[in-house]
Amino acid sequence: MPKKKNLPLEKTTSNVVENPWSVLREFTDARIGLGRAGISLPTSHLLDFQLAHAQAQDAVHLPLDIEYVCNQIDNTSFSVNLTSKTVHKSDLQKKGHETILLHSQAVDRFMYLQRPDLGRRLNEESANLLKNIQTPEYDLAIVIVDGLSSLAIKENAVNFIDKLAQTLSKDSATWSLAPFTIVEQGRVAVGDEVGSLLKAKATLVLVGERPGLSSPDSLGLYLTWDAKVGLPDANRNCISNVRLDGLSYDEAVKKTFYLLKESRRLQLSGVNLKDRTTSDEIEQIQSEENFLLN
Amino acid sequence: MSSSYSYVFGQKTYTFKNLADLMAKATPKRSGDILAGVAASSSQERVIAQMRLAEVPLKTFLTQALIAYEDDEITRLIMDEHDAKAFELISHLTVGDFRNWLLNDTTTVELIKQARAGITPEMAAAVSKIMRNQDLILVAKKCPVVTAFNNTIGLENHFSTRLQPNHPTDDVRGITASILDGLLYGNGDAVIGINPATDNVEQTIKLLNVMDQIITKYEIPTQSCVLTHVTNTIEAIEQNAPVDLVFQSIGGTEATNSGFGVDLKVLKEAQDAALSLKRGKVGNNVMYFETGQGSSLSANASFGVDQQTCEARAYAVAKKFDPLLVNTVVGFIGPEYLFDGKEITRAGLEDHFCGKLLGIPMGCDICYTNHANADQNDMDNLLTLLGVAGCNFIMGIPGSDDIMLNYQTTSFHDALYTRKVLNLKPAPEFDAWLKKMEIFTNTDTFSLNNNIPSGFSKSLEKVIGLK
Repeated sequence: MPKKKNLPLEKTTSNVVENPWSVLREFTDARIGLGRAGISLPTSHLLDFQLAHAQAQDAVHLPLDIEYVCNQIDNTSFSVNLTSKTVHKSDLQKKGHETILLHSQAVDRFMYLQRPDLGRRLNEESANLLKNIQTPEYDLAIVIVDGLSSLAIKENAVNFIDKLAQTLSKDSATWSLAPFTIVEQGRVAVGDEVGSLLKAKATLVLVGERPGLSSPDSLGLYLTWDAKVGLPDANRNCISNVRLDGLSYDEAVKKTFYLLKESRRLQLSGVNLKDRTTSDEIEQIQSEENFLLN
Repeated sequence: MSSSYSYVFGQKTYTFKNLADLMAKATPKRSGDILAGVAASSSQERVIAQMRLAEVPLKTFLTQALIAYEDDEITRLIMDEHDAKAFELISHLTVGDFRNWLLNDTTTVELIKQARAGITPEMAAAVSKIMRNQDLILVAKKCPVVTAFNNTIGLENHFSTRLQPNHPTDDVRGITASILDGLLYGNGDAVIGINPATDNVEQTIKLLNVMDQIITKYEIPTQSCVLTHVTNTIEAIEQNAPVDLVFQSIGGTEATNSGFGVDLKVLKEAQDAALSLKRGKVGNNVMYFETGQGSSLSANASFGVDQQTCEARAYAVAKKFDPLLVNTVVGFIGPEYLFDGKEITRAGLEDHFCGKLLGIPMGCDICYTNHANADQNDMDNLLTLLGVAGCNFIMGIPGSDDIMLNYQTTSFHDALYTRKVLNLKPAPEFDAWLKKMEIFTNTDTFSLNNNIPSGFSKSLEKVIGLK
């Protein structure tokens, strides 16, 4: 039987009471075990927070490095039966890239932040560009949108697409993929317009999520079946926090693939399409002990 | 709905095309109404609208629906449930007189309670528009709303917290670490509530089990909740998961809720399902709702009604289902709806006031995002104001940083600050537990134990690597 006195006192250094359970931070990035000065935050943690907030505010305003992402796409050999490079290699691609570059109606970040309605629609030039191309019906359009974190796109978007393409290519059903598109100053719903103009049955939007203090680079995935301008958000399925320190690419691909297949089978998306994948991570953790139940 | 309102000021006649237009233009300035194109075009027009609104008889709100009765089930809910008898107490008043009545010393807690069923969300929203921040605080303080499940929330001079142990991958150990941190800082009496990273029935059930096991083992007088879509929770109940509270985000128009994938029918179904489990030890309030100004416009479902009035209408939905907890997530939606700390503060006070006046157990997620023009100091201010106003509960999260939802809300430390400066107690059952578990060495002075409380030492010994 362990005795209370076997546990060390929380270290009291000068005016700060430290929390020995701060070692549990190996399980989470949450700011646990910060200790306290009286009942308030110790100075060091107060200032750490202020710095993180300053960095996140700066991240919101960083423009997407389009050139970098386009090069990444060009330099990745996606499974051949997926991309339709020959179909759309024409005047669609600016600067010689394989990717179609689009822009929302929000001309800059300041307007983007104040006018979400403009971020949900393509500007005239972009809409015309898509209207004027002859596309067959595609099974899937992947739309890359900067959202509130261009860093999330830069670090995760193409890596995720690469893994998803590998999985799709192994599926018994064929998946014809629309040309990749990148939308600047875009919000999730801009994918509805892109997907419908590309005549895609399913649209998958990859968007930079709002930066958190510990996660300036989190990618969100939104699946919509039969996308049309003006669809309610309840028609979408969301997978959140895809990044190196968050939901792994493999897990995200597994969930996305499941949702895509189900969406195609049921011809719908949103609240009536439930994600019933079993998470490996949760399975694995279940086999470990919950330390509070020891 | 078609009648216009005019006001002569000097040489100029100001005209407002209908009641919704008058309400919108009378609303204190905020970016969401400007985005919607319904805001006053000048500061003077705003005050003129407030003056005209002050002259409108409360009775008008019963005959001029802002969103047509035929088109919207929430309008029907508001009109059909309106209590004409209760309304008699205030039926002679204009909006301006209503403010005076609410502030009057002779208008007691009891009197407001008697009139409550006669007050519609639109009346509450209208009067709030001509009230200053201190009025919103003073009157809200006169409207305590007490609810219960495994403990009692909202008693006067009490202040509760939702322990929000979110983790970006729903890692059970990560979630458990945050729960422990919160409990040892005296948080978690309103609910231990997780926003899951993905909407999945199976995951919901696993997280419910994790929380249920902890609550059971440590005999914590609180309740748990996974904040997933209501249809997922119904499925979880069907699969015999230990569901305490049913969560749902709601808005103030039928179309907003349809954007959330819910309606009154499915909410009733969920409430009935949760009630059938009979898990509440102290009471039967089984619902938990979140709201927030801007959700209707965001769903393209505001129909020319200003965002604060839409928000107040959501409280009619909440009230219908006798919730344990309701909170506005005031700064979450972003700068396009509430631009900065000033607008967030005002909205937080309005939402709390309207909720309390209408009789729902109002709390507040006092928060901001990294793309809003706000910071910790703004949150400190609103936190203090809401503490004074008698807010039922706030969020408690490690170090203010939600690593899953990517926003900043109030911390475990913040909750203790509020309790200490305003002498506010946790829910009584939870307060007794904190004492029993030696988490506080003195619950009167809110003094935390400098040692690991003995009740937790056995579990922690191994994992912390202590001998």
